[in-house]
Amino acid sequence: MTPFVAPSLLTLSEVSALFCLLLILLVPFAGAGLALINSGLGRSRSAAHTMLAALCVTAVAAVVYVGVGFAWQGAAGRPDRVLLVAGKAWGWIAAEPFFLRGLRLDLSPAALVVLLQMFSVGLAGLIPLSSGADRWRLGAICASTALLAGWTYPLFAHWVWGGGWLAQLGANCGLGRGFVDGGGSSTIQVVGGVTALSITWILGPRRGKFSAEGMPAALPGHNVVLVLLGCVFAWIGWTALNSAGAMLFLGVEPGRVVLIAVNTTLCAAASGLTAAVVTRVRFGRPDASLSANGWIAGLVASSAAAAFLKPAAAMIVGGVAGILVVSVADFLEFRLAVDDPGGAVSVHAVGGLWGVLAVALLADTAGPGGQWLAQLVGIATLLGFVLPLSYGLNWLLDRVYRQRVEREGELRGMDLFELGAGAYPEFDIHGDEFLQR
Amino acid sequence: MKLAGLLLLVAGWAIVVAAVALLPSAGARAAFVLAGIAVELFGLALAVRAHLVLQAEGE
Repeated sequence: MTPFVAPSLLTLSEVSALFCLLLILLVPFAGAGLALINSGLGRSRSAAHTMLAALCVTAVAAVVYVGVGFAWQGAAGRPDRVLLVAGKAWGWIAAEPFFLRGLRLDLSPAALVVLLQMFSVGLAGLIPLSSGADRWRLGAICASTALLAGWTYPLFAHWVWGGGWLAQLGANCGLGRGFVDGGGSSTIQVVGGVTALSITWILGPRRGKFSAEGMPAALPGHNVVLVLLGCVFAWIGWTALNSAGAMLFLGVEPGRVVLIAVNTTLCAAASGLTAAVVTRVRFGRPDASLSANGWIAGLVASSAAAAFLKPAAAMIVGGVAGILVVSVADFLEFRLAVDDPGGAVSVHAVGGLWGVLAVALLADTAGPGGQWLAQLVGIATLLGFVLPLSYGLNWLLDRVYRQRVEREGELRGMDLFELGAGAYPEFDIHGDEFLQR
Repeated sequence: MKLAGLLLLVAGWAIVVAAVALLPSAGARAAFVLAGIAVELFGLALAVRAHLVLQAEGE
């Protein structure tokens, strides 16, 4: 495989930039897919709330990111602030003006980065929505998204995609090519996933989810058709995201988009099939929700390395993701009492971490040795910095603006309580009669 | 206890960052990065355990 050049200041021909723009314009399909999945895996009495929340998250993320987020994130080769340690310069935060002042929004790489990131940060914001389903207030969702889009996401994204210290691990320490993540397994998925874990910890489980003895009750999603349709939308969006990300952040040539699309599809396919087989073996029948989660986990795991995997390796990455998502979802619910209705932690956090690790284990980045250590440093940063930061910010938010809805809201459903109307007014909505008392 | 777990997560990360920035030898750097990650995993386990205890008390 052709080695990539981690760009310090990327240049794209006009045709390549147009092609990249077209890819970026397909990325919102990934958000639409996640919104449908979140809604389908939640309860019918919160379906409209979940979809409106998805729209609000996308809107807040775009506004806040353009306002302040890009000023912290920047792009490779553009101004940033550095720390000098042991004679080496380490970029830690960008030094761009707020509200994109001075940036020409044309086909330049920096403008394309802004557009892609407006969509990507919304995608990251949609991930915690599924973990807080049926109990997370709309106002709190918007405030939490503003924290994610304005601070947590841009800071980590600068380190990886903006020429920051993780990207510099190769040049400064000889660790392979530095931390590599073309499509956002870490920057989008794990950042969203650890935020989802923070939200489940802060909100606590849904009423009736766990018995007094700690045994979880099954609260099935209300519409698995929406979930499976969401998987198809996500597939389109993810292929575009992985391709555009690899072009902009890793400098791969447009011709490699075919390989990226093949690998993304194979990864999702292997993961979805593996999850179906694992649930068939464990429960006697394939589980549609967990198989869909397997499909998404495959997409998540593909993002980091899709540009550098051989197709057979992509299937291995997907197969492992499929096993992980089912095992971790069970472990979180039965052993750790984490109520995560959409499986965001297992799909996005664990799937993303596996994707980052897969770069070191299976990808051919054609760089010097030490890539595995660069990827481990990235993982350590996600666990040791992003998770405490995300939990701390959301904990502080909860102190000043309670994030969990009142008891009445949970009993009536988020649609009626917060919006005044349900998603399905012509149908009976199930209450809590099947829950453990 | 949850705060202690979160602080251990940050402490583990600080070990990793210090190892990368300050240690010149590849072997020592790798050893300290792995040690930092081990501290992080311990912190994560502590935070999870604290969450379980708090949740049980709440119920």
